Amino acid sequence: MNNFNYLRADDTEHAVALIGKETNSRFLAGGTNLIDRWKYNLTHPDTLIDLANIEELHQITETENGGLRLGAMAGNADTAYHPLVKKRYPLLKNTILAGASAQIRNAATNGGNLMQRTRCYYYYDHESPCNKRNPGSGCPATEGHNRLHAVIGHSENCIATHPSDMCIALAALDAVVQVTGAEGNRSIPFTEFHRLPGNNPSKDNTLRPGELITSIDLPAEGFAENYSYLKLRDRNSYAFALVSVATGLRLKDSKIEKANIAVGGIAHKPWRVQEAEDFLKNKRPDRDNFAQAAEIIMDGAEGFEHNAFKIPLTKRAIIRNGMMALNPQETQRPGAGPSR
Amino acid sequence: MKQTEKKLQYQTTLIVNGKTEKLTLPAWVSLLDALRHHLDLTGTKKGCDHGQCGACTVICDGKRILSCLTLAVAKDGSEIKTIEGVGSKENPHPLQRAFIEHDAFQCGYCTPGQICSALGMLEEGEAQTLEEIKDSLSGNLCRCGANANIIDAVTEVKANHYE
Repeated sequence: MNNFNYLRADDTEHAVALIGKETNSRFLAGGTNLIDRWKYNLTHPDTLIDLANIEELHQITETENGGLRLGAMAGNADTAYHPLVKKRYPLLKNTILAGASAQIRNAATNGGNLMQRTRCYYYYDHESPCNKRNPGSGCPATEGHNRLHAVIGHSENCIATHPSDMCIALAALDAVVQVTGAEGNRSIPFTEFHRLPGNNPSKDNTLRPGELITSIDLPAEGFAENYSYLKLRDRNSYAFALVSVATGLRLKDSKIEKANIAVGGIAHKPWRVQEAEDFLKNKRPDRDNFAQAAEIIMDGAEGFEHNAFKIPLTKRAIIRNGMMALNPQETQRPGAGPSR
Repeated sequence: MKQTEKKLQYQTTLIVNGKTEKLTLPAWVSLLDALRHHLDLTGTKKGCDHGQCGACTVICDGKRILSCLTLAVAKDGSEIKTIEGVGSKENPHPLQRAFIEHDAFQCGYCTPGQICSALGMLEEGEAQTLEEIKDSLSGNLCRCGANANIIDAVTEVKANHYE
């Protein structure tokens, strides 16, 4: 572990100026992943730029188009328990509460949740080769312990998964990430924020150097009538997903008018397949149709020695979660376990 | 590790269990180490030091957090409650009495974190059902296996003092 300097940014312009000026500096939000990675000798900042004093980043406010703006520094627990999130975006609430522990959710922030890195064992072991940590050194996970790893969208260079639960709902809800940087502000659709590993697994997302997330914006539609989050993992709580599914349905005359389905735990980014959602349009919300959608979502999946089980498991989870979404009042459980 | 310049010390004020403490610290000192090594408040325990066990749980500005994943300098001006600020030997907190009555610990190492976490949960008021309480306390591991008795103790205090 290395020592570092500590600065506090007064506002977003100041934060962007500081990250450009201070050599080898990083933004500090809740710190629950950054400080842990620093302790594991995975990141070695010379300066941390704390965003805690930037009041506007802590806000949760309604937007003009009927949506909700989640400040990048608003806490995960504060977001999950916000009255408007509970009422209009219960899918987001359930994914947040299925992640980490209560203590971590109190400290962790919305922007930080997007920026957390994989929990791949080889990435965390700084003695191991890892193309994400040390580009070109190799990926031991492909032939090693790969139970937590990707079964779709991976490359020969990296089979890591993105670990977030919250991001699975944000992908399903068509959220938009607002960022600011030296070259101005821009908006990134959520499904384009994280990227697949390809030839450059050291890059988790499409942020440009020195850019700062200011908020995550939710559109007006929150699927509060028909939604479900299902998380399958090795123990009941406080564990990362083997497979998770976030589903939002808009139903009309017992048919699906719109289906948004995002899958976690199986890829380097939240996994959404437009073709499957198009297939479900105007279909009945039943097991057979969800099963066909699941086949489309998992098309091209390829497992490894210890995780091939995830492919049939994901398909079953997509079906189960689709059915759970028909009756969220009865099916949603603390920790997002399967309905009874 | 390559360091580009000499690192600085920072003036940090923490209000710990109601007492204002002024510290001068390098940035890399965790809140946990500041409490234990700089303020001699050793009730808060270091288990994994990686946010996985919950032994270092304290209440910061009314919310339970993990002091091992928190930089002390980042909490300048904050109010911290540690186990030393939860009841006393002469006048234990209802949670402390309930832990004794329900045999909710064996080695006791996780207990300060368990009690701070339970106190945080009760004051948040979000967890209501038994399933929610278990989920809400799942960030605190007890390797002696006293979890069932811990849940009994916390559930009793919730029923008697928080409803």
